[in-house]
Amino acid sequence: MTTAVAETGMIGALATKFRICPATGLRVDLAAERLIKANAVAAVVFLAIGGGFGLLVALTRWPAVHLLSSDLFYLALTAHGLDVLLMWIIFFEMAVLYFASAVILSSRIAAPRWGWVGFVLMIVGALMTNVAVLQGDSSVMFTSYVPMQARPHFYLGLILFAVGALIGCFIFLGTLVIAKEEKTYEGSIPLVTFGALTACIIAVFTIASGAIILIPTFLWSVGYIGHIDSLMYKLVWWAMGHSSQQINVSAHVAIWYLIAAVTVGAKPLSEKVSRTAFLLYILFLQLAAAHHMLVEPGLSSEWKIVNTSYMMYLAVLGSMIHGMTVPGSIEAAQRKSGFTRGVFEWLRKAPWGNPAFAGMFLSLVMFGFLGGISGVVLGTEQLNIMMHNTLYVPGHFHATVVAGTTLAFMAVTYLVVPLIFQREIVWPKLAKIQPYLFGIGASGISLFMMGAGTLGVARRHWDITFPALDVTLPYGYSPAASLMMGLNGLSAILAATGGVLYVAIVVASILFGKKVDASNAVAALGPMPKKVVHDAVAKYGDAGTWHLPGTYVLVGLFFTTFILYYFVNWKYLSELWPMQ
Amino acid sequence: MAIHPPQSRVWWKEPIAKAELVWIGVAFLWGLIMFFMMIYWHIYGQQNLSTQVGRIDPAVFEQRTNDFAEKFKVREEGDTGIPVVKPPAGGDAYMLARTYEWWPVLELEKGKSYKLHISSLDLQHGFSLQPINMNIQVHPGLEHVVTITPTEAGIYGVVCNEYCGLGHHVMTGRIYVVDSGQGG
Ligand code: HEM
Ligand SMILES: [Cu+2]
Ligand SMILES: [Cu+2]
Repeated sequence: MTTAVAETGMIGALATKFRICPATGLRVDLAAERLIKANAVAAVVFLAIGGGFGLLVALTRWPAVHLLSSDLFYLALTAHGLDVLLMWIIFFEMAVLYFASAVILSSRIAAPRWGWVGFVLMIVGALMTNVAVLQGDSSVMFTSYVPMQARPHFYLGLILFAVGALIGCFIFLGTLVIAKEEKTYEGSIPLVTFGALTACIIAVFTIASGAIILIPTFLWSVGYIGHIDSLMYKLVWWAMGHSSQQINVSAHVAIWYLIAAVTVGAKPLSEKVSRTAFLLYILFLQLAAAHHMLVEPGLSSEWKIVNTSYMMYLAVLGSMIHGMTVPGSIEAAQRKSGFTRGVFEWLRKAPWGNPAFAGMFLSLVMFGFLGGISGVVLGTEQLNIMMHNTLYVPGHFHATVVAGTTLAFMAVTYLVVPLIFQREIVWPKLAKIQPYLFGIGASGISLFMMGAGTLGVARRHWDITFPALDVTLPYGYSPAASLMMGLNGLSAILAATGGVLYVAIVVASILFGKKVDASNAVAALGPMPKKVVHDAVAKYGDAGTWHLPGTYVLVGLFFTTFILYYFVNWKYLSELWPMQ
Repeated sequence: MAIHPPQSRVWWKEPIAKAELVWIGVAFLWGLIMFFMMIYWHIYGQQNLSTQVGRIDPAVFEQRTNDFAEKFKVREEGDTGIPVVKPPAGGDAYMLARTYEWWPVLELEKGKSYKLHISSLDLQHGFSLQPINMNIQVHPGLEHVVTITPTEAGIYGVVCNEYCGLGHHVMTGRIYVVDSGQGG
């Protein structure tokens, strides 16, 4: 912290210490910085643990390897889902919330002590649930559908974790209020903060749903409540579970804008459009629980159709808008920097050697093409009959939450380490290939699991070969299914390698990286075209620059793929046995 | 930049570029098409799950399935002791789920329609008919009645695809589809 220009603001009784970031000129509250560090480190630790379980699961599902025993497999799968989807993602989101409020707005953070209370609750909760799972009699998967029952501390841990996260959300909101009152910025909050605000609002809603269902379930597990209806449980659980995926989307889209801004100097093409797109997420956030209940008895088709489509696909519309404006803003910025030849010079000459940029762009493409399209198909009421609970489902969400969210979070880490931990990234050559390794591995597991799912292979299933030994009525999947599972295993090894590299680079950089000061602050952010950390693009990329042929081609390609894949699936559906 | 406040304070009054508007319009229309596609399929499509569902006491469902199996049993499945049951064409067929089996085995005729009643006696299970890959969620206490019409003769597997405990992967069932007038 050699460059820390300590500045002490006396606000109320609290003395807030700031430093000035040498790369961005932002004023960084040291209390916020410590919270960001703690949450980011916890996130990475849980990614390492959960990712390890993921590899074990994938190797078990590879028939030729079939690594774990069935009991251990279900235990590992439960731990995998919890540690990555909840712990890794949410700890990291806490760091993002603090960064997007206190740091980006140059404000002091609200109630940092409460931030630590929340953090400790989350850690205690996460450990408690992990212990319950590792003890072996809570292999109920992270969804813990009733009437299957886990040990009480499984649920209690989740509740504590959620309460901790809720505290983090309120600190974020409080910080926005403080920044506004103390006028640390002018006009409206930046787009990245707006995206984080979207994530936060959705988080508050989903955590409330989570509490509504997990608290009675906890009471049921200790015997105070006699019965919980399985359908009702699922409905409320997914009101949390699916809407919370919208938190991830908002967070990673905000990060796309952030990385595009820092690495190529991109500006939103239109603040109005990008913000409206975020707003669509908020407006329709309470829908989409139906994604998980399309072949469920006891719910009407009318409800399913309206809910699954977020009221006529309006939240999907939000994502499709970001899908154009993010690459569009990159193209506009690159063209202004002089990369104007042909349709794609801006893309070819983009800083592909900068892991933050590479990870961000891969995340964008894979989230859209693999995750987005498969998600809409999966979420179509009738098409879901061909996919529900097959491996198509994990295939889809490894494209969204792994290739999309996780990769975006990894990418932004390459900026967070120099900006917040104030360390250079060690092993830049390895860092350069890390996003590619992980990205290709992650899209592999997505694609091959989707492939296996199309062939009918069940998810959460220990052995697709049904050994005649213990199965009375064996069924043989087509040999192609085993091939898919093998390719999935290979991709898992690739993704795991990328994951291990990420963890190693982050840990080594924090511990041994060269300290960042004014002399290397900008260089530490990785290679950039013409070094454009400070406003390289002077004016908006609006009407004037709206000639973005490369983006049109990309969007056109996306849209064509979408339409073709969508209708192909209706064709497949029409070949199923008629049913009413 | 996206990390700075909007450059013009009244950003909500900025004009939107035409290309952007076009894309928003196209994406919105596409959303409408996809929305109405689901409704269209309910009216003209052949594959829709029924909403014919009732609450039922698991013990009652078990009794009905037992009665059904006793009445229409045609043989036993190998030496497993599981009855193979052939309901009359156009009639009701029952299959129950319990940890860890689908019971009984059914024999249906190609081209005939059956009202298939499915429910669970204990936990949630997943009725996954293979290789045609038709998947239906099964809850305890809810009886789902789906009218199905097999289109091809063959041996079909029923796999459980909702995780239902440590024996989930051994939970299988079977449906035979025979050409009409055969089998039995
Ligand atoms: C090395 C990277 C990873 C590998 C190899 C991997 C592999 C797998 C595999 C094979 C499954 C099992 C599918 C099944 O049998 O049903 C699975 C499930 C799952 N994965 Fe991953 N995964 C990885 C990373 C992640 C990450 C980073 C996340 C979240 C951010 C994630 C979230 C999940 C979830 C939520 C499930 C579902 C668990 C369940 O069904 O209860 N995975 N993963
Ligand atoms: Cu089952
Ligand atoms: Cu099962």
